[in-house]
Amino acid sequence: MKDTLDNLIAKLLDLALNNQLVRSMYKTPWPTNRRSRIVTMLGSMLLHLHPTRIPRTGLPVGFTLCLGGISFFLFLIETITGILLMFYYRPEVSHAYSDMKALEFDVPFGILMRNMHRWGAHAMVISVWLHMLRVFLTGSYKPPREFNWVIGVVLLTLTLLLSFTGYLLPWDQLSIWAVTVGSNMGKATPVLGSEGPFHDLALIKFTEMNDARFILLGGRFVGQGALLRFYVLHCIALPFVAAWFMAFHFWRVRKDGGISHSL
Amino acid sequence: MAGPGKVLKPPTRPPKGLRKAKLETPAAASPAVGEPTATPVAAALVPLARAGGAPAAPAPKPTRAARPRSASRRKFLNDAFAIPAWLTFFSGTGLFLLGFIQRFMFPNVLYEPPTTFKAGFPGDYAVEEFSQKFKELYRVWIVREPTEIFALYAKCTHLGCTPNWMATEDKIKCPCHGSGYYRSGINFEGPTPRPLERVKVSLADDGQLLVDTSVHYQYELGQWSLPGSNLKYS
Repeated sequence: MKDTLDNLIAKLLDLALNNQLVRSMYKTPWPTNRRSRIVTMLGSMLLHLHPTRIPRTGLPVGFTLCLGGISFFLFLIETITGILLMFYYRPEVSHAYSDMKALEFDVPFGILMRNMHRWGAHAMVISVWLHMLRVFLTGSYKPPREFNWVIGVVLLTLTLLLSFTGYLLPWDQLSIWAVTVGSNMGKATPVLGSEGPFHDLALIKFTEMNDARFILLGGRFVGQGALLRFYVLHCIALPFVAAWFMAFHFWRVRKDGGISHSL
Repeated sequence: MAGPGKVLKPPTRPPKGLRKAKLETPAAASPAVGEPTATPVAAALVPLARAGGAPAAPAPKPTRAARPRSASRRKFLNDAFAIPAWLTFFSGTGLFLLGFIQRFMFPNVLYEPPTTFKAGFPGDYAVEEFSQKFKELYRVWIVREPTEIFALYAKCTHLGCTPNWMATEDKIKCPCHGSGYYRSGINFEGPTPRPLERVKVSLADDGQLLVDTSVHYQYELGQWSLPGSNLKYS
């Protein structure tokens, strides 16, 4: 019985792996030893994302608690649900709020996608903070990983900016006034803000029509310009930059000695 | 680096199974010392079985933990049950999510004009009138001829552009590739292979024209003689 099963599995594997489609994707034959396994991993786009080897002490989940992986997983959820929400959302003052309501009441599973996006965003902020706390408590920021900590700080900032820009998009009273308050901080930018410190030292005179806050809002107050700018930042610019830094971050994890583990 | 932290190192803790047994049955913990055959895991299992109402566990069997760890793990991975189970779980979850997304793409409310609309009373249209009143919203011309009235669908039968009504030349002309039609909808120039289509007209209960743009009548199929394709004046 056991032998028959093993034979069957071997036959199925042979059928699945030794055909032209698989051979065209994986140039090397089925790996049978340590070296050929590494060569196969490195030669495949999907597999090379995984390390060719990990330390035995990196296996227990209790050391890292997989918080970075959870953050990345949540980013993927945000991307998928965000793209779906974009099918029904128009960043216009006249439509944004009703489109959000239509997603909740007219579109099947729209409320599920919207809430996954919203709660996933909250969870991502929390998991990124916890990831940072874990890295700090285990001392994983120490050399040779100190530059990856810097990249992580950039990623934390991008996560917070993604949350901030996404906050405006429902276009209800809460989001408009929250962003009004938040963007007023732009006025207090040193030199570049119309009311910030040293603003009179700038070469040109900064007013509310040309300072840092104006660039963010595309206007004097939170209106159509701000909605469109926050939408473009939220859906294109910030995810693109975040994805780039994430790739950098993961690459540095590998180059700095692999997954963080107890010594 | 001999700090005070090293000095205050806590004593080694007992194995997990023993700790559990002690916690759950403080009375049974001390007799367990006198039973050398019972493994820590079995000792922990006995109170659990009693709590469930089952009879007390029989003589202790060799446990999983007694076998080498790697062998039992490999056994699990090769388990003919585990692999199909995980496959079922993940494919089921994936199919569910795909189903959500598929359904998400078909909203319950459309922000489009309805396919059926009332186009006023037949008497509102003068004889020989070519009305563009409903073209913008419903893509339909209402054409009043001496003996009949019909609704012409403003979609070029060449490649689907919306043609224009050229009143001074008394013809319909498509801006895309130059297909031309008479006011009846019959084509006479350009690349189009067939006449324009007409849509269903009928009389509503209140006597108004009722146009249904979801029902089409094609000349080349002989459908323009069907009752819904026009309304005759007696």
